Amino acid sequence: MELREGLLYSKSHEWVKEEDGVAIIGLTDFAQSELGDLVFVNLPEEGDEVTVGEAFADVESVKAVSDVYSPVSGTVSEVNEELLDAPESINEAPYDAWFVKVTDITDKEELLTAEEYQAFVESEQE
Amino acid sequence: MELKTPLYEAHVKAGGKIVPFGGYLLPVQYGAGVIKEHMAVRTQAGLFDVSHMGEILCEGKDALANLQMILTNNFDNMVDGQARYSPMCNENGGTVDDLIVYKKADEHYFIVVNAANKDKDYQWMLNHQFGEVTFTDVSEQYAQLALQGPKAMEILKKLTAEENIPKKYYHAVFDTEVAGIPCIISKTGYTGEDGVELYLDSSQAEKMWDVLLENGKEEGLIPCGLGARDTLRMEAAMPLYGHEMDDEVTPLETGLGFAVKMAKEDFIGKAALEEKGEPKIKRIGLKVTGRGIIREHQDVFVDGQKIGHTTSGTHCPYLGYPIAMALVDAAYTEVGTKVSVEVRGRQVEAEVVALPFYKRSK
Repeated sequence: MELREGLLYSKSHEWVKEEDGVAIIGLTDFAQSELGDLVFVNLPEEGDEVTVGEAFADVESVKAVSDVYSPVSGTVSEVNEELLDAPESINEAPYDAWFVKVTDITDKEELLTAEEYQAFVESEQE
Repeated sequence: MELKTPLYEAHVKAGGKIVPFGGYLLPVQYGAGVIKEHMAVRTQAGLFDVSHMGEILCEGKDALANLQMILTNNFDNMVDGQARYSPMCNENGGTVDDLIVYKKADEHYFIVVNAANKDKDYQWMLNHQFGEVTFTDVSEQYAQLALQGPKAMEILKKLTAEENIPKKYYHAVFDTEVAGIPCIISKTGYTGEDGVELYLDSSQAEKMWDVLLENGKEEGLIPCGLGARDTLRMEAAMPLYGHEMDDEVTPLETGLGFAVKMAKEDFIGKAALEEKGEPKIKRIGLKVTGRGIIREHQDVFVDGQKIGHTTSGTHCPYLGYPIAMALVDAAYTEVGTKVSVEVRGRQVEAEVVALPFYKRSK
């Protein structure tokens, strides 16, 4: 499982990068590997409100559909539309394949460091 | 408690992601992933463990008469080694299972059934047998491997003599060998591709698995899981029990009329099928024209009116677009009909297309 330093992680397997009040959100390497080959992505639109713990996007593999949950509450300021045509980029480079940028953040769940997330994933697999 | 096939350890060793299926623990995929495994079968070759399938022997003086009564297809004109696909109906015309019957010799038939239905099927046969016949469940004795893909025959020819390989589709050679391992070689499959299925003693399964993978390396042979097996059969529009048919759905409704011989004197379900007449629902193929992936159990609409539901659906790795199969009102089955399918509260546009979605070029 690949992790990237400097990112924070949610227990529902999203990563978050915070820069100047903007949260960039994507799926972790563990999540993409569990989901398998992704072939479809549904994204919110710019201006949509997202809420902590609620689904803001979904991804589909050949086998199944899974929700992607927001670790923050706020407003979507930018959407990575490239994912729509290339969902496989989430499998190939999960930490570069960001889904959305969220601003005006009003709430945030307790996020894990890379080390804590690794321990969390290992404990879940036991 | 799920059972393990004789190849369970081999799957774990090969990096298989293990899931429960039809009462067995089987790999849904290996390290390559569903798409690569699917493409290997379309362009090179793939190896599947399908040992979960059930095998039942039907033997005795009245074996043929029993098959004729219990199954919908006709078996009285088969040559030794020939295989024939057939639904098995209940009295209402619904489908108990779909299966393959091999004629080993007169009075000796070898039947292959779906894993999840094995016990139900065996019981059904016992409950309806008559005269001098014995049905024997030999599932535990047999492992089954499927070697599928355009390179499958090339790989097989390295390991056995040409005369051991059946010449024609839906034919098998009994009592033969591959790499010195005794087996049945059957020219059948569930992928829409050229290839064979091998039936062999469970104790030899791992040896056969290893020797095939080793000798198929050059041709690009890789192990494939249940995920690719499902996407391949969907692309080839092959029905799967529990999806395109069940105890309620008749074989005629799901498009298996070619294997239902209404001209036969009698078979279980014939009277009900006659009474129902021309099917009022039919199986169709859908190609997604909007955005989204259609799955099973989703409602299909034409002009806001519900016409049926989907039975299987996925993104097709080889075709490169999402497809689905559905059982709908027979009035809306013309190719080109525009429909919409409700996918988690959202309408996804689709169009009726001809089946199969994929057909290999010979």
